Amino acid sequence: MMTLIQCLLRRWLDKASIIIFCLGILLAYPILGWSEETYKEAIPVAEDPEIEKRMLALTEDLRCLVCQNESIADSRADFSNDIRRIIREQIKANKTDAEIVDFLVERYGDFVLYNPPMKATTVLLWFGPLIMFLIGALVLIKYLKGRRVQIEDVVLTDNDRKKVAALLDEKEITANVSEVEANNESLTQNFINKEQQNTSEVSTEEDKGKKI
Amino acid sequence: MMRYLTPLFAFLVLAIFLFVGLSLNPRQVPSPLIDKPAPEFELYSLHEPEKIFSSKDNLGKVWLLNVWASWCVACRDEHPLLVEIARAGIVPVYGLNYKDENTTAKQWLKLYGDPYVASVVDPDGTVGIDYGVYGVPETYVIDKQGIIRHKQIGPVTVDSLQNKIIPLIMELQGQT
Repeated sequence: MMTLIQCLLRRWLDKASIIIFCLGILLAYPILGWSEETYKEAIPVAEDPEIEKRMLALTEDLRCLVCQNESIADSRADFSNDIRRIIREQIKANKTDAEIVDFLVERYGDFVLYNPPMKATTVLLWFGPLIMFLIGALVLIKYLKGRRVQIEDVVLTDNDRKKVAALLDEKEITANVSEVEANNESLTQNFINKEQQNTSEVSTEEDKGKKI
Repeated sequence: MMRYLTPLFAFLVLAIFLFVGLSLNPRQVPSPLIDKPAPEFELYSLHEPEKIFSSKDNLGKVWLLNVWASWCVACRDEHPLLVEIARAGIVPVYGLNYKDENTTAKQWLKLYGDPYVASVVDPDGTVGIDYGVYGVPETYVIDKQGIIRHKQIGPVTVDSLQNKIIPLIMELQGQT
Protein backbone atom coordinates (compact mmCIF):
# COMPACT_ATOMS: atom_id res chain seq x y z
CA MET A 1 0.00 0.00 0.00
CA MET A 2 2.77 2.36 0.94
CA THR A 3 4.67 1.58 -2.26
CA LEU A 4 1.60 2.33 -4.37
CA ILE A 5 1.20 5.77 -2.82
CA GLN A 6 4.90 6.40 -3.20
CA CYS A 7 4.74 5.40 -6.83
CA LEU A 8 1.78 7.68 -7.58
CA LEU A 9 3.43 10.53 -5.71
CA ARG A 10 6.61 10.10 -7.70
CA ARG A 11 4.69 10.12 -10.97
CA TRP A 12 2.77 13.21 -10.00
CA LEU A 13 5.98 14.92 -9.02
CA ASP A 14 7.46 14.05 -12.42
CA LYS A 15 4.55 15.66 -14.18
CA ALA A 16 4.52 18.62 -11.87
CA SER A 17 8.20 19.23 -12.42
CA ILE A 18 7.68 19.30 -16.18
CA ILE A 19 4.85 21.80 -15.81
CA ILE A 20 6.90 23.94 -13.47
CA PHE A 21 9.81 23.80 -15.89
CA CYS A 22 7.60 24.93 -18.77
CA LEU A 23 6.08 27.69 -16.68
CA GLY A 24 9.56 28.78 -15.72
CA ILE A 25 10.59 29.06 -19.35
CA LEU A 26 7.46 31.01 -20.18
CA LEU A 27 8.01 33.40 -17.30
CA ALA A 28 11.71 33.74 -17.98
CA TYR A 29 11.07 34.40 -21.66
CA PRO A 30 10.68 38.21 -21.54
CA ILE A 31 13.36 38.52 -18.87
CA LEU A 32 15.94 36.65 -20.90
CA GLY A 33 14.89 38.77 -23.87
CA TRP A 34 15.27 36.16 -26.59
CA SER A 35 15.05 37.96 -29.84
CA GLU A 36 12.19 37.30 -32.22
CA GLU A 37 14.57 36.09 -34.87
CA THR A 38 15.39 32.92 -32.97
CA TYR A 39 11.98 31.43 -33.58
CA LYS A 40 9.53 31.47 -36.43
CA GLU A 41 6.31 33.25 -35.74
CA ALA A 42 3.18 31.13 -36.12
CA ILE A 43 1.00 32.08 -39.05
CA PRO A 44 -1.54 34.56 -37.71
CA VAL A 45 -4.83 32.73 -38.01
CA ALA A 46 -7.63 35.04 -37.11
CA GLU A 47 -6.34 38.57 -37.23
CA ASP A 48 -9.71 39.78 -38.30
CA PRO A 49 -12.65 37.38 -37.92
CA GLU A 50 -14.53 39.07 -40.76
CA ILE A 51 -11.68 38.53 -43.23
CA GLU A 52 -11.23 34.99 -41.96
CA LYS A 53 -14.91 34.25 -42.48
CA ARG A 54 -14.91 35.54 -46.04
CA MET A 55 -11.66 33.75 -46.81
CA LEU A 56 -13.06 30.45 -45.52
CA ALA A 57 -16.31 30.85 -47.46
CA LEU A 58 -14.29 31.47 -50.63
CA THR A 59 -11.76 28.69 -50.15
CA GLU A 60 -14.40 26.05 -49.49
CA ASP A 61 -15.32 26.19 -53.17
CA LEU A 62 -11.72 26.23 -54.40
CA ARG A 63 -9.68 23.17 -55.20
CA CYS A 64 -6.18 22.66 -53.88
CA LEU A 65 -4.15 21.83 -56.99
CA VAL A 66 -1.60 19.84 -55.03
CA CYS A 67 -3.98 17.56 -53.12
CA GLN A 68 -6.75 17.86 -55.76
CA ASN A 69 -9.52 16.20 -53.77
CA GLU A 70 -9.35 18.69 -50.95
CA SER A 71 -10.64 22.21 -50.89
CA ILE A 72 -8.18 24.99 -50.13
CA ALA A 73 -10.05 25.56 -46.87
CA ASP A 74 -9.39 21.96 -45.76
CA SER A 75 -5.90 21.51 -47.13
CA ARG A 76 -2.74 22.05 -45.13
CA ALA A 77 -0.52 21.97 -48.22
CA ASP A 78 1.95 24.79 -48.75
CA PHE A 79 0.09 25.74 -51.88
CA SER A 80 -3.14 26.22 -49.95
CA ASN A 81 -1.38 28.27 -47.29
CA ASP A 82 -0.15 30.58 -50.04
CA ILE A 83 -3.57 30.90 -51.62
CA ARG A 84 -5.15 31.63 -48.25
CA ARG A 85 -2.55 34.31 -47.66
CA ILE A 86 -3.18 35.85 -51.09
CA ILE A 87 -6.94 35.83 -50.50
CA ARG A 88 -6.52 37.52 -47.10
CA GLU A 89 -4.35 40.18 -48.72
CA GLN A 90 -6.87 40.76 -51.47
CA ILE A 91 -9.78 40.99 -49.05
CA LYS A 92 -7.80 43.60 -47.13
CA ALA A 93 -7.29 45.42 -50.43
CA ASN A 94 -11.09 45.62 -50.75
CA LYS A 95 -11.38 43.23 -53.68
CA THR A 96 -14.76 41.63 -54.24
CA ASP A 97 -15.19 37.86 -54.07
CA ALA A 98 -15.70 37.70 -57.84
CA GLU A 99 -12.46 39.60 -58.43
CA ILE A 100 -10.54 37.23 -56.17
CA VAL A 101 -11.97 34.15 -57.88
CA ASP A 102 -11.15 35.67 -61.30
CA PHE A 103 -7.60 36.31 -60.12
CA LEU A 104 -7.18 32.62 -59.29
CA VAL A 105 -8.93 31.34 -62.43
CA GLU A 106 -6.61 33.52 -64.56
CA ARG A 107 -3.65 31.69 -63.05
CA TYR A 108 -4.87 28.19 -62.38
CA GLY A 109 -7.78 27.73 -64.77
CA ASP A 110 -11.29 26.47 -64.14
CA PHE A 111 -9.83 23.41 -62.44
CA VAL A 112 -9.38 25.49 -59.31
CA LEU A 113 -13.16 25.88 -59.03
CA TYR A 114 -15.32 23.17 -57.51
CA ASN A 115 -18.26 24.87 -59.22
CA PRO A 116 -17.16 24.92 -62.85
CA PRO A 117 -18.73 27.61 -65.05
CA MET A 118 -21.00 26.68 -67.97
CA LYS A 119 -18.84 26.69 -71.09
CA ALA A 120 -18.51 24.79 -74.35
CA THR A 121 -15.92 22.54 -72.72
CA THR A 122 -17.99 21.87 -69.61
CA VAL A 123 -21.34 21.15 -71.30
CA LEU A 124 -20.80 17.41 -71.00
CA LEU A 125 -19.86 17.84 -67.35
CA TRP A 126 -23.05 19.76 -66.59
CA PHE A 127 -25.49 17.81 -68.74
CA GLY A 128 -23.79 14.41 -68.90
CA PRO A 129 -25.67 13.04 -65.87
CA LEU A 130 -28.99 14.34 -67.22
CA ILE A 131 -28.29 12.74 -70.62
CA MET A 132 -27.39 9.46 -68.90
CA PHE A 133 -30.62 9.64 -66.87
CA LEU A 134 -32.70 10.27 -70.00
CA ILE A 135 -31.05 7.36 -71.83
CA GLY A 136 -31.73 5.13 -68.83
CA ALA A 137 -35.35 6.27 -68.64
CA LEU A 138 -35.88 5.67 -72.39
CA VAL A 139 -34.41 2.17 -72.16
CA LEU A 140 -36.58 1.41 -69.14
CA ILE A 141 -39.77 2.70 -70.83
CA LYS A 142 -38.99 0.72 -73.98
CA TYR A 143 -38.36 -2.43 -71.97
CA LEU A 144 -41.56 -2.08 -69.93
CA LYS A 145 -43.66 -1.43 -73.05
CA GLY A 146 -42.15 -4.48 -74.74
CA ARG A 147 -43.03 -6.57 -71.73
CA ARG A 148 -46.65 -5.41 -71.70
CA VAL A 149 -47.03 -6.39 -75.38
CA GLN A 150 -45.55 -9.79 -74.61
CA ILE A 151 -48.05 -10.37 -71.82
CA GLU A 152 -51.06 -9.25 -73.92
CA ASP A 153 -50.06 -11.35 -76.89
CA VAL A 154 -50.75 -14.66 -75.16
CA VAL A 155 -54.43 -15.45 -75.85
CA LEU A 156 -55.67 -18.81 -74.57
CA THR A 157 -57.85 -20.99 -76.77
CA ASP A 158 -60.41 -23.38 -75.27
CA ASN A 159 -58.08 -26.24 -76.09
CA ASP A 160 -55.34 -24.53 -74.09
CA ARG A 161 -57.64 -24.05 -71.16
CA LYS A 162 -58.55 -27.72 -71.19
CA LYS A 163 -54.88 -28.65 -71.29
CA VAL A 164 -54.17 -26.30 -68.42
CA ALA A 165 -57.07 -27.73 -66.45
CA ALA A 166 -55.85 -31.25 -67.12
CA LEU A 167 -52.33 -30.34 -66.08
CA LEU A 168 -53.60 -28.63 -62.96
CA ASP A 169 -55.72 -31.69 -62.05
CA GLU A 170 -52.79 -33.98 -62.60
CA LYS A 171 -50.73 -31.77 -60.42
CA GLU A 172 -53.41 -31.76 -57.73
CA ILE A 173 -53.67 -35.54 -57.84
CA THR A 174 -49.95 -36.08 -57.57
CA ALA A 175 -49.78 -33.49 -54.83
CA ASN A 176 -52.58 -35.27 -53.00
CA VAL A 177 -51.09 -38.73 -53.25
CA SER A 178 -49.10 -38.47 -50.10
CA GLU A 179 -52.05 -36.89 -48.32
CA VAL A 180 -54.23 -39.68 -49.55
CA GLU A 181 -51.82 -42.28 -48.32
CA ALA A 182 -51.62 -40.59 -44.97
CA ASN A 183 -55.38 -40.52 -44.72
CA ASN A 184 -55.79 -44.02 -46.11
CA GLU A 185 -56.40 -45.52 -42.78
CA SER A 186 -59.09 -43.04 -41.74
CA LEU A 187 -60.67 -43.33 -45.21
CA THR A 188 -60.92 -47.08 -45.02
CA GLN A 189 -62.31 -46.59 -41.55
CA ASN A 190 -64.95 -44.24 -42.95
CA PHE A 191 -65.67 -46.64 -45.75
CA ILE A 192 -66.23 -49.46 -43.30
CA ASN A 193 -68.45 -47.23 -41.21
CA LYS A 194 -70.49 -46.27 -44.27
CA GLU A 195 -70.80 -49.91 -45.30
CA GLN A 196 -72.01 -50.78 -41.90
CA GLN A 197 -74.50 -47.92 -42.02
CA ASN A 198 -75.71 -49.11 -45.42
CA THR A 199 -76.19 -52.64 -44.24
CA SER A 200 -78.02 -51.42 -41.20
CA GLU A 201 -80.22 -49.22 -43.45
CA VAL A 202 -80.88 -52.18 -45.67
CA SER A 203 -81.74 -54.26 -42.69
CA THR A 204 -84.18 -51.62 -41.43
CA GLU A 205 -85.78 -51.53 -44.91
CA GLU A 206 -86.02 -55.27 -44.78
CA ASP A 207 -87.62 -54.93 -41.39
CA LYS A 208 -90.06 -52.39 -42.85
CA GLY A 209 -90.88 -54.82 -45.66
CA LYS A 210 -91.51 -57.50 -43.19
CA LYS A 211 -93.78 -55.17 -41.28
CA ILE A 212 -95.64 -54.27 -44.45
CA MET B 1 -28.75 -9.91 -83.38
CA MET B 2 -29.55 -6.68 -81.52
CA ARG B 3 -29.51 -8.70 -78.35
CA TYR B 4 -25.76 -9.23 -78.74
CA LEU B 5 -24.91 -5.93 -80.42
CA THR B 6 -26.36 -3.67 -77.73
CA PRO B 7 -24.13 -4.90 -74.87
CA LEU B 8 -21.15 -4.92 -77.24
CA PHE B 9 -21.84 -1.33 -78.23
CA ALA B 10 -22.29 -0.30 -74.58
CA PHE B 11 -19.02 -2.02 -73.70
CA LEU B 12 -17.15 -0.25 -76.50
CA VAL B 13 -18.44 3.17 -75.45
CA LEU B 14 -17.46 2.47 -71.83
CA ALA B 15 -14.04 1.15 -72.90
CA ILE B 16 -13.32 4.26 -74.98
CA PHE B 17 -14.36 6.59 -72.15
CA LEU B 18 -12.24 4.70 -69.63
CA PHE B 19 -9.27 4.46 -72.00
CA VAL B 20 -9.23 8.20 -72.57
CA GLY B 21 -10.19 9.11 -69.00
CA LEU B 22 -7.68 6.89 -67.26
CA SER B 23 -4.78 7.84 -69.53
CA LEU B 24 -5.21 11.51 -68.59
CA ASN B 25 -2.92 12.63 -65.82
CA PRO B 26 -4.91 14.59 -63.23
CA ARG B 27 -1.68 16.35 -62.17
CA GLN B 28 -1.34 17.90 -65.62
CA VAL B 29 -3.77 20.74 -65.24
CA PRO B 30 -3.82 22.70 -68.49
CA SER B 31 -2.59 26.19 -67.76
CA PRO B 32 -4.84 29.07 -68.78
CA LEU B 33 -1.66 31.11 -69.32
CA ILE B 34 -0.69 29.32 -72.53
CA ASP B 35 -0.71 31.81 -75.42
CA LYS B 36 -1.08 34.65 -72.94
CA PRO B 37 1.60 37.24 -72.12
CA ALA B 38 3.97 35.99 -69.44
CA PRO B 39 3.28 37.80 -66.16
CA GLU B 40 5.82 40.55 -65.67
CA PHE B 41 8.15 40.53 -62.72
CA GLU B 42 11.16 42.40 -61.41
CA LEU B 43 13.27 40.37 -59.03
CA TYR B 44 16.87 40.40 -57.92
CA SER B 45 19.15 37.65 -59.09
CA LEU B 46 20.53 35.02 -56.76
CA HIS B 47 24.20 35.62 -57.52
CA GLU B 48 24.02 39.36 -58.01
CA PRO B 49 21.53 40.68 -55.45
CA GLU B 50 22.15 44.27 -56.49
CA LYS B 51 21.03 43.49 -60.04
CA ILE B 52 17.31 43.60 -60.77
CA PHE B 53 16.12 41.34 -63.54
CA SER B 54 12.95 42.24 -65.35
CA SER B 55 11.02 39.78 -67.50
CA LYS B 56 10.82 42.57 -70.11
CA ASP B 57 14.59 42.36 -70.59
CA ASN B 58 14.07 39.15 -72.51
CA LEU B 59 11.69 40.58 -75.11
CA GLY B 60 12.97 39.70 -78.54
CA LYS B 61 14.37 36.31 -77.65
CA VAL B 62 12.97 32.89 -76.92
CA TRP B 63 13.79 31.79 -73.39
CA LEU B 64 12.99 29.15 -70.80
CA LEU B 65 11.85 30.00 -67.31
CA ASN B 66 12.54 27.10 -64.99
CA VAL B 67 10.96 27.14 -61.53
CA TRP B 68 13.26 25.35 -59.11
CA ALA B 69 14.18 25.05 -55.45
CA SER B 70 16.89 23.32 -53.48
CA TRP B 71 14.24 21.51 -51.43
CA CYS B 72 12.67 20.08 -54.57
CA VAL B 73 13.69 16.49 -55.17
CA ALA B 74 12.33 16.19 -58.71
CA CYS B 75 14.44 19.22 -59.68
CA ARG B 76 17.52 17.04 -59.29
CA ASP B 77 16.13 14.65 -61.92
CA GLU B 78 15.74 17.27 -64.60
CA HIS B 79 18.78 19.34 -63.70
CA PRO B 80 21.37 17.52 -65.86
CA LEU B 81 19.11 18.07 -68.88
CA LEU B 82 18.94 21.81 -68.19
CA VAL B 83 22.71 21.93 -67.82
CA GLU B 84 22.96 20.15 -71.16
CA ILE B 85 20.61 22.65 -72.86
CA ALA B 86 22.65 25.55 -71.49
CA ARG B 87 25.93 23.98 -72.56
CA ALA B 88 24.65 23.33 -76.07
CA GLY B 89 23.46 26.93 -76.23
CA ILE B 90 20.03 25.91 -77.54
CA VAL B 91 18.14 28.51 -75.57
CA PRO B 92 18.87 30.81 -72.60
CA VAL B 93 17.53 29.25 -69.41
CA TYR B 94 16.43 31.53 -66.56
CA GLY B 95 15.70 30.20 -63.12
CA LEU B 96 12.99 31.22 -60.71
CA ASN B 97 14.26 30.18 -57.31
CA TYR B 98 10.93 29.45 -55.67
CA LYS B 99 10.49 29.78 -51.88
CA ASP B 100 14.08 28.92 -51.11
CA GLU B 101 16.93 30.06 -48.91
CA ASN B 102 19.63 31.92 -50.79
CA THR B 103 22.56 30.11 -49.16
CA THR B 104 21.23 26.61 -49.69
CA ALA B 105 20.17 27.52 -53.23
CA LYS B 106 23.71 28.66 -54.04
CA GLN B 107 25.17 25.50 -52.53
CA TRP B 108 22.75 23.41 -54.55
CA LEU B 109 23.83 25.08 -57.80
CA LYS B 110 27.47 24.55 -56.91
CA LEU B 111 26.77 20.86 -56.34
CA TYR B 112 24.64 20.11 -59.39
CA GLY B 113 25.83 22.77 -61.84
CA ASP B 114 24.36 26.12 -62.80
CA PRO B 115 22.59 26.20 -66.17
CA TYR B 116 20.96 29.57 -65.58
CA VAL B 117 21.86 32.82 -67.28
CA ALA B 118 20.34 34.27 -64.13
CA SER B 119 18.31 32.82 -61.34
CA VAL B 120 15.88 35.27 -59.82
CA VAL B 121 14.70 34.95 -56.26
CA ASP B 122 11.04 34.59 -55.33
CA PRO B 123 11.22 33.94 -51.60
CA ASP B 124 7.48 33.99 -50.80
CA GLY B 125 6.23 32.57 -54.09
CA THR B 126 4.31 35.66 -55.20
CA VAL B 127 5.65 35.55 -58.76
CA GLY B 128 5.10 31.80 -58.66
CA ILE B 129 1.41 32.36 -58.04
CA ASP B 130 1.27 34.81 -60.97
CA TYR B 131 2.64 32.04 -63.16
CA GLY B 132 0.20 29.48 -61.74
CA VAL B 133 2.96 27.41 -60.17
CA TYR B 134 1.64 24.62 -57.96
CA GLY B 135 4.24 21.91 -58.29
CA VAL B 136 7.96 22.49 -58.60
CA PRO B 137 9.69 22.00 -61.02
CA GLU B 138 7.79 23.73 -63.79
CA THR B 139 9.24 25.07 -67.00
CA TYR B 140 7.81 27.74 -69.30
CA VAL B 141 8.72 28.36 -72.92
CA ILE B 142 8.37 32.09 -73.61
CA ASP B 143 8.57 33.49 -77.12
CA LYS B 144 10.03 36.70 -78.57
CA GLN B 145 6.84 38.64 -77.89
CA GLY B 146 6.93 37.56 -74.27
CA ILE B 147 4.05 35.09 -74.67
CA ILE B 148 4.00 31.75 -72.87
CA ARG B 149 3.91 29.00 -75.49
CA HIS B 150 4.31 25.91 -73.38
CA LYS B 151 4.28 24.86 -69.76
CA GLN B 152 5.98 21.71 -68.57
CA ILE B 153 4.52 20.60 -65.24
CA GLY B 154 6.95 18.43 -63.33
CA PRO B 155 10.49 17.60 -64.42
CA VAL B 156 11.64 18.05 -67.99
CA THR B 157 12.37 14.64 -69.52
CA VAL B 158 14.40 13.56 -72.55
CA ASP B 159 11.13 12.62 -74.21
CA SER B 160 9.41 15.94 -73.56
CA LEU B 161 12.51 17.84 -74.72
CA GLN B 162 12.91 15.89 -77.95
CA ASN B 163 9.27 15.74 -78.90
CA LYS B 164 7.89 18.99 -77.66
CA ILE B 165 10.14 21.61 -76.13
CA ILE B 166 13.12 21.73 -78.50
CA PRO B 167 11.05 21.55 -81.74
CA LEU B 168 8.86 24.33 -80.32
CA ILE B 169 11.91 26.44 -79.45
CA MET B 170 13.32 25.94 -82.97
CA GLU B 171 10.00 26.99 -84.46
CA LEU B 172 9.72 30.06 -82.22
CA GLN B 173 13.32 31.10 -82.86
CA GLY B 174 12.59 31.01 -86.61
CA GLN B 175 9.76 33.50 -86.16
CA THR B 176 10.43 37.21 -86.24
